[in-house]
Amino acid sequence: MDFGQAYSWINIQFLLRGLWVTIYVSIISILLSFIIGLILGTIRYTRVPILSKIVGFVVDIIRNLPLLLIIFFTYFGLPAMGLQVNPVVASIIALVVFESCMIAEIIRAGIASVPVGQMEGARSNGMTYIQALFYVVMPQALKKMIPTLLSQFVSLVKDTSLATIIILPELLYHAQIVYSQDTNYMIPMYLIIAVMYFIVCFCLSMFANYLQKRFDTKTN
Amino acid sequence: MRKIWKKIILVSMLLIAAVSLSACESYGNELQNKNAVYKKVNASKTIIWGVRNDTRLFGLMDIKENKLVGFDIDLAKAITKQMFGKDGKAVLFQTSSKTKIPVLKNGNVDALMATVTVTPERAKVVDFSTPYFNAGQSLLVPKNSKIKNVKDLNKPGIVVVAVKGTTAVANIRKFAPKARVLEYDDYGQAFTALKAGQGQAMSTDNGILAGIASENKGFHVVGGTFTHEPYAVAVNKGEDKLAKQIDKALKELEENGTYDRLMHKWFDGIPGFSIKEAER
Amino acid sequence: MWSLLTDNWQTFLIGFWNTVCCSILALIFSLIIGSGFAILETNPNKFWRTIAKIYIEIFRNIPLLVIAMIFYLVIPQFWFKMNGFTAGTIGLTLYTSAFIAETVRSGIESVGDGQMEGARSNGMTYWQAMRYVILPQAFKIVIPPLGNQFVNLIKNSSVLAFVAGFDLMYQGDVIASSTFQTIPTYIIVGLFYLILTLPLSYYMQHLENK
Repeated sequence: MDFGQAYSWINIQFLLRGLWVTIYVSIISILLSFIIGLILGTIRYTRVPILSKIVGFVVDIIRNLPLLLIIFFTYFGLPAMGLQVNPVVASIIALVVFESCMIAEIIRAGIASVPVGQMEGARSNGMTYIQALFYVVMPQALKKMIPTLLSQFVSLVKDTSLATIIILPELLYHAQIVYSQDTNYMIPMYLIIAVMYFIVCFCLSMFANYLQKRFDTKTN
Repeated sequence: MRKIWKKIILVSMLLIAAVSLSACESYGNELQNKNAVYKKVNASKTIIWGVRNDTRLFGLMDIKENKLVGFDIDLAKAITKQMFGKDGKAVLFQTSSKTKIPVLKNGNVDALMATVTVTPERAKVVDFSTPYFNAGQSLLVPKNSKIKNVKDLNKPGIVVVAVKGTTAVANIRKFAPKARVLEYDDYGQAFTALKAGQGQAMSTDNGILAGIASENKGFHVVGGTFTHEPYAVAVNKGEDKLAKQIDKALKELEENGTYDRLMHKWFDGIPGFSIKEAER
Repeated sequence: MWSLLTDNWQTFLIGFWNTVCCSILALIFSLIIGSGFAILETNPNKFWRTIAKIYIEIFRNIPLLVIAMIFYLVIPQFWFKMNGFTAGTIGLTLYTSAFIAETVRSGIESVGDGQMEGARSNGMTYWQAMRYVILPQAFKIVIPPLGNQFVNLIKNSSVLAFVAGFDLMYQGDVIASSTFQTIPTYIIVGLFYLILTLPLSYYMQHLENK
């Protein structure tokens, strides 16, 4: 096997371009899905009469479907509703829709795990429900959720690879283009993208551990 | 436990309601927008072409230049220039076999120049121009293979690899009903699967197979063609004016020799492939 | 849409059946492998802990699709041939086992060292204590998160579509590209997935709230 040729600068450059797409799609999706997930999770937790029920229903449906299907729905379905999307936008929308529902569930469970006494205490000190939720309950909940949230973000980075199906020019897809030109490159390509994904995700996991430790020492 | 059941029943009822609602609207509103793409294209002098990026000779991503190259690509650009003169702009949109018809239907692309074979089933959902290339389905096998033609495939235990959404799949089922067909998302994956030993033969159109064989010395195309697969430009249903406009441009390109030049540029000297048969 | 279902119900059912088979097989094997690595990870011996850590980090940080592709395309070139279903199921098993290992490990840790010490001082060996005292308690704690892993596993089984594994998603692709009714087909596919995942995840929510 010709690893030297497979890892020629031209091919590596092409892969790095793919890696860049993976990273920026991931970053945008992580930011958006965290914000939306936070909102949805809070709505679901607070039991606003009809709204929470609707949000709960939608979140439950979406997070129980494979992401691959959500990608198809956004890419093939949105234009039918009059919204033209290219693969990059479609992938970001699909990832945000799916991951924000996953995150909403994490947030809901996280808030629910904070002892009721905290809320009651804050209320009895004169805070409104909203104030108590945001200043007392939420910070504690978020701290507890950091490991779960971060591992969800790692999943998001890995899940960008599914968007190859709609020709998002990300890492896996670029690797496939390289080895479709010369199939002898197949094994070297899979090796190197496995390493690249590993590095990105592992750094994110390490960052999660670091955050966790920092929060732990702060509270002690 | 009873609470869960209540929840499940409620959810499934809501789902069924939602689904039946969405089924009602379905695809009925197409004819209202008759020739909408035609008007849009002529106003902007820009055509968004759905093209392949995994098919050598027709549409392939060139990594060095980071651009698409191939016969389909050149012809799409030539047609656009022929239609709108110098201002004409061809935007290339990468599709795969699986996504090509859906992206045309949902309006992401204006026209497909992506090795689309004219078939009666497809003609129900899209409109076609006159064919621009006459392909025929053939077989790609390793050089030491015993398979010589499509009849050799018709045995239990034979596995043929093909690409999802292509006519090749249905044809293999027709010509070799005993063989099993494995379907992949693009030609790169299908050929890699053949190479990895997941099947004994790969089947699709001769031009595409010739492109693969020209880069992979251990494989060759066998058995000639056993179907007739005319490629044409596809446009959305109801865009007959656009199809006619493309037809006219194609005819002009043929008369001024551009078409012939492009054919020779891409298909000269490809083993096991005849330009005469392929020309329109 | 109704006719889509009645015309292709056999294809859908084959896909559904393959998805169920793949999920159950992957669940059983990833539970075994995952618990094994969880035990190794809590082992006092540093060597075993490192081995388990490496395994878990590798499979947790590489996309499932890449793992499945490696089993489908790369491994057969030097080792044994396997079809898409086998390759996909193996990939899914290894990927999920890393997550299950992490879940079970947190369960074992939450049981606490005191239990282990108590069992050991009553004359049990390390493995006996693990088998009869620690693991039963740990599993009881981690059943809800394990259930969520199973829901994820069912959803993730859709990568079989990439390796021609004849699962629900693959059959959906085939039907969509031959009938051109893309969205209705995927809605039906989605309903089939919900049949599997929704009851399970509601049951897990119910267990968590108890």
